[in-house]
Amino acid sequence: MDNIVCFRTHHLNPPWSLQSYLKVGGYSAWKRILVDKVPRQTILASIKASALRGRGGAGFPTGVKWGFIKAELPGQKYVVCNSDEGEPGTFKDREILLMNPHQVIEGMCIAAYVMSATVGYNYIRGEFWEPYQRFEAALEEAKKEGLLGNNIFGSGFDFHLHTHLGAGAYICGEETALIESLEGKKGFPRYKPPFPATYGLYGKPTTVNNTETFACVPVILEKGAEWFLKLGVPGNGGTKIFSISGHVNKPGNYEAPLGISFQELLKKAGGVRQGHALKAVIPGGSSVPVLPAEVASTLNMDYESLAKAGSLLGAGSIIVMDETTCMVKVLARIAHFYTQESCGQCTPCREGAGWLWRIVHRITQGQGSLKDIELLEDVANKIMGRTICALGDAAAMPVLSFIQHFREEFVYYVQHGKSVVYSQRTSRSRKFLDYSGEVGGFISFG
Amino acid sequence: MGFVISQSEQEEIDRWLLKYPPHQKQSAVLPALKIVQEKNGGWLATEHLDAVADYLSLPKIAVYEVASFYSLFDLKPVGKHKIYVCTNVSCMLAGSETIVGYLERRLGIKMGETTQDGCFTLKEAECLAACGGAPAMQIDNTYYENLTPEKIESILAGLNG
Amino acid sequence: MVNFEINDKQYSAPDGTLIIQVADREHIAIPRFCYHPKLSIVASCRMCLVEVAKSPKPLPACATPVAEGMKIWTHSPCACDAQKSVMEFLLINHPLDCPICDQGGECELQDQALEYGKDVSRFTEGKRSVKDLDIGPLIKTDMTRCIHCTRCVRFGTEIAGMRELGATGRGEHMEIGTFLEQTVDSEVSGNVIDLCPVGALTSKPFHHKGRAWELQQVASIAPHDCVGSHVYVHTLRGEVMRVVPRQEDSINEVWISDRDRFSYSGLKSPDRLLKPLIKKNNEWVETDWDLALQFTIKSLQAILEKEGGRSVGALVSPSATLEECYLAQKWLRGMGISSIDHRLHRMDFSCDSGGPSPCPTFGLALTELENADTILLIGSHPRTEQPLINHRLAKAARKGAQIIMVNPIQYDFNFKVAAELTPSGGQLLHPLLGIMNALLSQKNERPHFAWLTPFLKNTVSTPEEKQVAEWLGRGNKKVAIFLGLQAQAHWHASALQLVAEALALFCQASLGYLTEGANSVGAWVSGVLPDQGPGGISLSEGKGLNAHSMVKTPLPAYVLFGGVEPEFDLANTVAARRALSESAFVVAFSPFRGGMCEQYAKVMLPIAAYTETEGTFINGEGRWQSFNAANPPPGEARPGWEVLRALTALCGGPGSLYSRSEEVRDELKHIVQNVPSVTLPSLEQRFRRIEPILSESKEGLRVVTEWPIYRVDSLVRRSKPLQDTAASPLFRARLNPKTASLYSIKGENKMRIRREGEFECILPVAVDKKIPENTVHIASALEGGGNMGQQGAVQVFLESNKDA
Ligand SMILES: Cc1cc2nc3c(=O)[nH]c(=O)nc-3n(C[C@H](O)[C@H](O)[C@H](O)COP(=O)(O)O)c2cc1C
Ligand code: SF4
Ligand code: FES
Repeated sequence: MDNIVCFRTHHLNPPWSLQSYLKVGGYSAWKRILVDKVPRQTILASIKASALRGRGGAGFPTGVKWGFIKAELPGQKYVVCNSDEGEPGTFKDREILLMNPHQVIEGMCIAAYVMSATVGYNYIRGEFWEPYQRFEAALEEAKKEGLLGNNIFGSGFDFHLHTHLGAGAYICGEETALIESLEGKKGFPRYKPPFPATYGLYGKPTTVNNTETFACVPVILEKGAEWFLKLGVPGNGGTKIFSISGHVNKPGNYEAPLGISFQELLKKAGGVRQGHALKAVIPGGSSVPVLPAEVASTLNMDYESLAKAGSLLGAGSIIVMDETTCMVKVLARIAHFYTQESCGQCTPCREGAGWLWRIVHRITQGQGSLKDIELLEDVANKIMGRTICALGDAAAMPVLSFIQHFREEFVYYVQHGKSVVYSQRTSRSRKFLDYSGEVGGFISFG
Repeated sequence: MGFVISQSEQEEIDRWLLKYPPHQKQSAVLPALKIVQEKNGGWLATEHLDAVADYLSLPKIAVYEVASFYSLFDLKPVGKHKIYVCTNVSCMLAGSETIVGYLERRLGIKMGETTQDGCFTLKEAECLAACGGAPAMQIDNTYYENLTPEKIESILAGLNG
Repeated sequence: MVNFEINDKQYSAPDGTLIIQVADREHIAIPRFCYHPKLSIVASCRMCLVEVAKSPKPLPACATPVAEGMKIWTHSPCACDAQKSVMEFLLINHPLDCPICDQGGECELQDQALEYGKDVSRFTEGKRSVKDLDIGPLIKTDMTRCIHCTRCVRFGTEIAGMRELGATGRGEHMEIGTFLEQTVDSEVSGNVIDLCPVGALTSKPFHHKGRAWELQQVASIAPHDCVGSHVYVHTLRGEVMRVVPRQEDSINEVWISDRDRFSYSGLKSPDRLLKPLIKKNNEWVETDWDLALQFTIKSLQAILEKEGGRSVGALVSPSATLEECYLAQKWLRGMGISSIDHRLHRMDFSCDSGGPSPCPTFGLALTELENADTILLIGSHPRTEQPLINHRLAKAARKGAQIIMVNPIQYDFNFKVAAELTPSGGQLLHPLLGIMNALLSQKNERPHFAWLTPFLKNTVSTPEEKQVAEWLGRGNKKVAIFLGLQAQAHWHASALQLVAEALALFCQASLGYLTEGANSVGAWVSGVLPDQGPGGISLSEGKGLNAHSMVKTPLPAYVLFGGVEPEFDLANTVAARRALSESAFVVAFSPFRGGMCEQYAKVMLPIAAYTETEGTFINGEGRWQSFNAANPPPGEARPGWEVLRALTALCGGPGSLYSRSEEVRDELKHIVQNVPSVTLPSLEQRFRRIEPILSESKEGLRVVTEWPIYRVDSLVRRSKPLQDTAASPLFRARLNPKTASLYSIKGENKMRIRREGEFECILPVAVDKKIPENTVHIASALEGGGNMGQQGAVQVFLESNKDA
């Protein structure tokens, strides 16, 4: 059951061409919808029944989200694809755009039809120059083929799809910041409500979905909601692309059914690097709580299981860490990221994220005190739930979870001025340096 | 104002403008800044920002805000090639510190600096979404993954030539 | 209406009301920084977080509307913890040197810190510091103190209508400012001083002048335009330290213009007149009040006896108080002086010569203005003339009003203007006739306006004029028409007024006047007019000369009241200068002695300036607004009304002993209530009076002059910070490139402007596309600008290429 949804053209050459996409059944759903004038409600019902959940991180049911848009009301509406992929550990949307851009286009077309939107934008992060060009080329192909534009297949339905390029800001992945950015402003998340469904791009009803979410849509309509639902587990329809990185032998994207066991996924990724033991897993991108090996090893990879285990599926981005990893340093790097990427708008995040980073940094410099560990938790708790957007939570959750699960390591660092990992593993770490090879084996410590 | 956006840059910006509703010219500010930056030495001086503001009929401060917010815009002179090395978690786990160290030694500069010959500027990047190919870097518009010192050598050689 | 609970007490409020609004209404304290009732909501400071039942997180009171059954706690442990932590975050990077900060004592952060802050900071790293940029002479920045509430940024976008301040950079590197060193030029920029909750943006002129808690506060009315903005004057030991807005939602809301905020600096001008002075053998000699007043009366009487009632001209400032105006005309008329006027900018009086003139009000309330559908402004630049009218217009525009401008030159508006008509040669009458013509054709109403026919004979409406006519004539839309300062100062002022009246009649629109000074309506009401007495009663006999005629042909004597400087304030500055210099006797009642007054006056009487006298202004809406003195006048200067009272008494006038200024006001009020309202002759009759313009040539160059924002009266002209702003224009003749090339003039040239028998002057040229053809635009009332005569036809010569 691999590569049957988003990566279904992977075996073709080249996977990204219109021809390849047509070969796997691409655009058949779109054509059928237009020719048969399938009622919007029917499509919406399918999406709902498929239990497709947003792949951008929050896992919100896509059908429900689309249902918020009052398609029948007059006025301009927009569909926007979120290809800002910036969450550390996540690299699936880039591969979708590179390998199967047409499926995203088709998904957006169908969404536009359901919501009666005549204009759509794919917001691609500024660094993605190659994916941007690939997507632009696909748009050209689709336009030539009459799949986009005015009065598509004589249906009377118009849809114009454009790409927009970001310019380097993680926060623009947050949907309202993305909308602001698309309007040519700084990526400042908006206070909600109103939600984009009522007040979105240029103040018009807008739906924002992740690249992978859109890519799932055509297959659902081709093969049926039931088929899609059954790929996964109840409430978690379909396959998901898991981006696996860190200390594994074969890092990369793996399309696998939701609910797959962590062990099985790890096996696909070639297992933990040779000679090492699993220490910790960040299961959904750097924002979600880290889990220690014992918890991770028994997990199934679906939204509910992960929530039950005290973490989140997020964007399905799995960062694997073995016993050579210094958790204090990893947290310092993560905290640094959120400091850099806070938009600066709201007080707890602007001031708090930097404070968190300064404390962890101080510890890594051997200048921490035991009180700092409590201070970290306290500051994190003062950010949690008090910011305009979820970046504040994203900065706080790693801190809380790292300390929760690896407190001794922080205590050790404070007391000894160095990492417990470093002191235990000096001799072995030399060996990893030699090991480097494809994956690059140096581990950052001490 | 000394700087005028060239005809070809204007045409490129105009193509972007077509994507947005007529009264939403501001939407083209990111692409316009990118275009002007690339055509004018990789960075944006005040006159460039003012020219973009003028061209899109925006208050200057609106353009300053945007240009200073997004990390891909440089408001100070940079080298011919910008090297963004990802040092975020996955790359760090895969040895980005070695990569950074190697590049710093090889180019004789620290992160954030530009080589004397004006050829390279070295920058730390946040996650490039290339964690599967960590350690990774981006030079100008191209990604390079699974980096090793040898690989970096050949990449740099290719760029110099 | 919804019902809900705050802190376990039941309240109700209309649907959609925000929690913080209800809290403010009920005096429940909720701390806040980013929220401001007049600005958009961003909910970004997070200071106002409150606990709401069923919400897992605390919610911002400033962005959460109340709902039926909602339970809110503003001081529960959850709410307090949220508020305290935000406070701690804000203090991380805020300097704690309140004793040296100008905001100390009125700092919202300091207040909150006392209530919420922790004593010891747990943040041990260095504080962020931000480099300060000089943003001009009015506002001092100390951006290290900024807490990023963005009120100032939103003010720029939403109220000032121009974005000058912004938030640049990202995250903890975000900085509020202009980004590059740049002055802030908005005419209402000073409001950010009040908006800024901390000491990041403070008043530059007030810097280190006093602490908030030492200041005394007196309510007053702003003296530089007809809006009548409410202000507080803050004094320290009898000296004015600053002027700040006083909230009055129906007038200035919470804003004031920079002019009203910073003009007080002129009060301390070194040329304040401190003692009565008499010129003896061309030397100024100090004297006492008694002698000075006796001398004044005797001198005037001598001239009157010799030369008759028309030999003395009295020019009264349109910003003199109602009491001063009333007593002035009473005293003057008692003396037998009938040439009394306050309409200093005006040169064409043909439509109301001899007859009553309409009371120059707005024709509608300011709050109604912002709800008008179509607004036609004729000869008006509200942004510099009445900045807060401009703000109402901007609000109207935002609500979708169609705003049409008919102006002598193009201006930068900070709101959307539906049409801007700028005829060549400043001939404002032509587009108005074009619009009228189109309206008449549209509705086929020509027969009812037959008397207009001669004026429309050669009029062909342009498409733009037809469009405007369509907007104006749509019916059941609220239309407001205004004649601005430039229409009133225009050489066709009468015709413009009559056509505007005709347009208003046709469109069932309100017609209003945006007048000079703070009290034009008051001056009208008190009878500071050559042919109208108090209450607007037409005088059947004893009519005098209007302001323009008074100087056009020099008179033997002049009375200048209220800091009038004819060389700056009159329509024809050349004639004014000549007339005053040639006259035998001039008495100046003024707070200042400097300028040309020393040359032409024989007596100078020191009167109180704004803030130093009690009095009343009637604003353009017709509101009588009385105020008290905030500080005593310096030296021996006395409030103008007291001086006039003394003069009236000396002349043996009846009922002349008022003990308080209110009695003066009430006497006038009584008169006003008991006179019949003014009825003007029919439009048809009055149109006949302006027939001579039909034979005028439309060709040729015209000079158009304009009083710059900070040159409108003697006080403003003495305010150094205002004079230092970029809004102070250079003395230049501005021309359209086409016109310039027609006369072979280049930007670096100087040109000689001449009007036969009147004046000749040489001035540098600026070529400017915003000036229509055949127009020479010149800022008046500038130093060195006294050699410019009135507006209208001129001849132009190229001076020389070299000496630019
Ligand atoms: C700080 C932050 C960053 C985010 N970054 C991304 C992103 O890069 N890509 C994405 O699809 N969603 C991102 N999201 C989630 C979006 O806000 C939004 O929920 C998502 O695009 C909705 O699409 P979906 O329902 O298809 O998942 C981010 C959210 C936050 C708070
Ligand atoms: S939480 Fe951070 S990123 Fe989100 S709005 Fe607030 S400051 Fe900006
Ligand atoms: S006052 Fe409510 S968030 Fe700032």
